[in-house]
Amino acid sequence: MNPKKDLLGIEGLSSKDILYYLDTAEKFIEVMERPIPIIPALRGKTILTLFFEPSTRTQISFSIAAKRLSADVVNFSATSSSVKKGETILDTAKNIEAMKVDGVVVRHFAPGAPKILADNLNAFVINAGDGTHEHPTQALLDMMTMRQYFGNFKNLNVLIVGDILHSRVARSNIFGLRTLGANVAICAPPTLIPLDIEKLNVEVFYNLDQIIGDFDVVMALRIQLERQESGLFPSVREYRNLYGLTQDRIKKMKPDSIIMHPGPTNRGVEIDPEVADSPKSVILKQVKNGVAVRMAILFIHAGGKIE
Amino acid sequence: MAWQCEWQFYLFMREARLSSLLIKNGRVIDPKTRFDRIADILIEGNKIQKIERNIKIENAKIIDANGMIISPGFIDLHCHLRDPGRPDEETIESGSKAAVAGGFTTICCMPNTEPPIDNEGIVNYIIKEAERVNLCRIFPIATITKKREGKEIAEFGELVNAGVKGFSDDGNTVSDARILRYAMEYSKIFEMPIFEHSIDECLSKGGVMNEGEVSTRLGLAGSPAIAEEVIVARDLMLSRYTGAKLHLCHISTKGSVDLIRQAKKEEIDVTCEICPHYFFFNDTVLEAYNTNYKVNPPLRSEIDRIAIIEGLRDGTIDCISTDHAPHTQAEKELEFASAPFGMTGLETALAMVIMQLINIEKFSWLEILDKFTIKPAQILKEKLGVIKEGAIADLVIINPNIKWRLNADIIKSKSKNTPFLNKELTGRAEYVIVNGELKYQAGS
Repeated sequence: MNPKKDLLGIEGLSSKDILYYLDTAEKFIEVMERPIPIIPALRGKTILTLFFEPSTRTQISFSIAAKRLSADVVNFSATSSSVKKGETILDTAKNIEAMKVDGVVVRHFAPGAPKILADNLNAFVINAGDGTHEHPTQALLDMMTMRQYFGNFKNLNVLIVGDILHSRVARSNIFGLRTLGANVAICAPPTLIPLDIEKLNVEVFYNLDQIIGDFDVVMALRIQLERQESGLFPSVREYRNLYGLTQDRIKKMKPDSIIMHPGPTNRGVEIDPEVADSPKSVILKQVKNGVAVRMAILFIHAGGKIE
Repeated sequence: MAWQCEWQFYLFMREARLSSLLIKNGRVIDPKTRFDRIADILIEGNKIQKIERNIKIENAKIIDANGMIISPGFIDLHCHLRDPGRPDEETIESGSKAAVAGGFTTICCMPNTEPPIDNEGIVNYIIKEAERVNLCRIFPIATITKKREGKEIAEFGELVNAGVKGFSDDGNTVSDARILRYAMEYSKIFEMPIFEHSIDECLSKGGVMNEGEVSTRLGLAGSPAIAEEVIVARDLMLSRYTGAKLHLCHISTKGSVDLIRQAKKEEIDVTCEICPHYFFFNDTVLEAYNTNYKVNPPLRSEIDRIAIIEGLRDGTIDCISTDHAPHTQAEKELEFASAPFGMTGLETALAMVIMQLINIEKFSWLEILDKFTIKPAQILKEKLGVIKEGAIADLVIINPNIKWRLNADIIKSKSKNTPFLNKELTGRAEYVIVNGELKYQAGS
């Protein structure tokens, strides 16, 4: 694979591209299990993590990944209020360019913001989530996890449950899984399903109880409480009753099926605590794979090759 | 005494001769009279004196229009001059320069200025400033409601006396149907149209692009077509109920075109306009998150784009306006969701029409110029937009084939928020004559 400079989204990647990321990540799982889990692959390189939206987990995951590759990591978090004081994203880009970093990991509340950086920087840019657009590294770690359980994506049936409208995780997973040949369905109240989503070749369901038994993977999405405030569903209680992964409901799932969640979970809302900690849940496996996938992405985009 | 009279007459005639302008060998197209043939046009004073082949006259300034089209000057019913309030974006002076460079001899400026055009003082300022600049005719549109707040109707009588040609809260819909009903009824005193910006602000809340497959893929909040259509439907019903003249601004969806087509069959007193970007682009151009494509209403789907072209063809759509909406580079350099809506349009409208409607869709020049000249003139009830002997000499001479590049340094507008920046365009205004005077020559 000869990757593009940046990783801005899963849309547009070929299945070969995606599998190259996953195969590289599997090799780094082995590194992570060594007594001293560090390799000198990116020694002397500087990686900037630039988070315009609060996120501890993703930023930590990227920092650990970069450190295990011996890169120098600079973490920067800005709140949206300080950004609105007048520094445009383009100004930010010019400043970064002047400081000569090698790679930028960016999380931004605005869809498309990483592209502005990518278009104006010589450094490679990794999208760590841009608003409601894409979250490619999350989707790659999700696909890596699914492959570990099911071997491949042919005939794999994946169900994504929850706020598809506002979910970058859902979008990136839909693009990637469809490219790899998996079947993808979504289940949510119609108010949380974006228009014309079926044109991305996903099946749309509203009634979770009727279909939950048909899937190998059930992925619950975090439900933001402010969505209720804007009237998209009547109450958290009703949401849990209809779409929450409750102990009763997961009894209907197939025997070897798994439960995923991109985190952080609202325990007792979209997923019950007992379910999140049950043997079907692979949430911590996802977190571990997250580091390996991010090592692979940094390694590949910094120009590393695997023998 | 006799010789003195003769001498004065001689001086007068010499003056008249020197002020005459002869346009030779152009293809003269007048949509109103459906005149379309090669002729010379002689202008004396501010009037068209003669339209004939091979006019011969001494001492006239001559323009060779061989291979060019001579049209009535364009009339834009909808542009934003940002004056008063935002001289960093545009002024009456810079907007007038942009207008004539685009072939427009008359423009109507929308009242969402700071402060808004809701009283005589601001109307007087605009008219005085337009006279000082002295490039094109500028007709202000006043607000429908005081301070553009949608609560109480503005003083239409005072505003009409001051010279406004219509009323609009453009930028916002008059959400309260009761207030709009009163405004429509009240507008009948003056027989002036209400220019409605038709978008339901509840349905479109937070939306930054058209809702559909593309917004779903890009993760940008969608403004649905029905946000426009429910208000278009409401406004048509109010117009039927009140009998008031309704002009629907910048419609953008198939549903709106269908509703207006039906309304015209039912003889509702409605006219409407579209802007070049709605037939030139669809929402897939947003894939690169270029904020210069962020407009309100948003660029719609391909189905809507085709419906707009059909509406132009069958006459449902009366006019092409620009919705020229200048914004500074700093404002447009923000992330897509934060950048303001709008693209400039005065200097690109003609080329967009030529490239899309004439060259690709094979519209005739008569069909197109109709929507730039006589139709908007009729809506304004002004004796403009015609080429005939005795008419006011507002003309544009068009080179329909010339290829040119819209470089930043030739843009007359103070703002450069156009997706055509540094791109090649086909066709432009070569000469623009307003009230008998040559006001613009390409390359000048």
